[in-house]
Amino acid sequence: MTFSPFSARWNPYLAGALVGILAVLSVVLTTLIIDKPKYLGASTTFVRASGLMEQVVSSDHVAENAYFQKTKIKIDWQMMFVVGIFGGALLASQLGRSAKLESVPPIWSKRFGPNPVVRAVGAFIGGAILLFGARLAGGCPSGHGLSGNMQLAVSGLLALVFFMAGAILAARLIYGKGGE
Amino acid sequence: MEQVIGLVTGLLFGFLLQKGEVLRFERQIGFMLLKDMTIIKFMMSAVLVGMVGIYACHATGLINLSVKATNIAAIVVGGLMFGIGWAIAGYCPGTSVGALAEGRFHAIWAILGMLTGAALYAEAYPVMQQTLLAWGNFGKITLPQVLGLSPWFVIIPFILVGLGLFAWFEKKGI
Repeated sequence: MTFSPFSARWNPYLAGALVGILAVLSVVLTTLIIDKPKYLGASTTFVRASGLMEQVVSSDHVAENAYFQKTKIKIDWQMMFVVGIFGGALLASQLGRSAKLESVPPIWSKRFGPNPVVRAVGAFIGGAILLFGARLAGGCPSGHGLSGNMQLAVSGLLALVFFMAGAILAARLIYGKGGE
Repeated sequence: MEQVIGLVTGLLFGFLLQKGEVLRFERQIGFMLLKDMTIIKFMMSAVLVGMVGIYACHATGLINLSVKATNIAAIVVGGLMFGIGWAIAGYCPGTSVGALAEGRFHAIWAILGMLTGAALYAEAYPVMQQTLLAWGNFGKITLPQVLGLSPWFVIIPFILVGLGLFAWFEKKGI
């Protein structure tokens, strides 16, 4: 089994287990250093980032919005964590020579054709629906799926079951049973 | 300081997501079509290791938990919406950013969609507060609390079920 930064692929069980260790270390170190336990999560950052952008157009509207008030628009631990994901994935894909430029994924192309505009519209609509859903549910596969389930939270398990149920049903309808 | 720790944690997380190949559209859709369990192997391994570590540290009083509320109606409706959007986009919030970094340009449209979805949710929030978020809220509860058991009596069965699933995935070659 190859386990070097230059290999393209690590065993998913091992890479996952390392994420488990990282998640625990994150909570311990943030508790010790900044006195706030930081559990991994990503979707709240999209709220803060959209608030930061909306502020440019209409700062009053953002200031009056109850959800932006609750979430507190700021560049915090989680926003830098999400920025870090980009950097880490960039580094890993360059070292392992596994980056691939792609504007339409093959499974999508088989179902909807190779037009990148169609894919762009689909990805945009899907992204909007999923983030609305994530905020309503209170988290995404990071916050609920990883962090919630590590803490044996009822909310984490329930959310993960419904994330998967929605995804499996929708994928079957969209891409067909075999994805062909 | 908080931001520096966040950045370093994200770098390591993004590195592992990429090496585990879970950033890829075909891996995510492959799971939804029940043909490729890579993302489940990755996620369950993380959760099983994490639950042991979190509860071991919690038992010594080193850390506090940070549990999200169990709003049944909001989680069911929001969870299903998330699943549908995830199947169309092929990425979740964390993986979209990493997928863009490994060259999947189309992830940018999913990211822009997510920013739009976040803005729409902010507008809808007052209505949600009075409806879905208010229905069936059981607060911040954990499985050991609900079952009245020590967390280890929950963790050990989870690990056994997880290992059984892993063995089955490998036998099936998915």
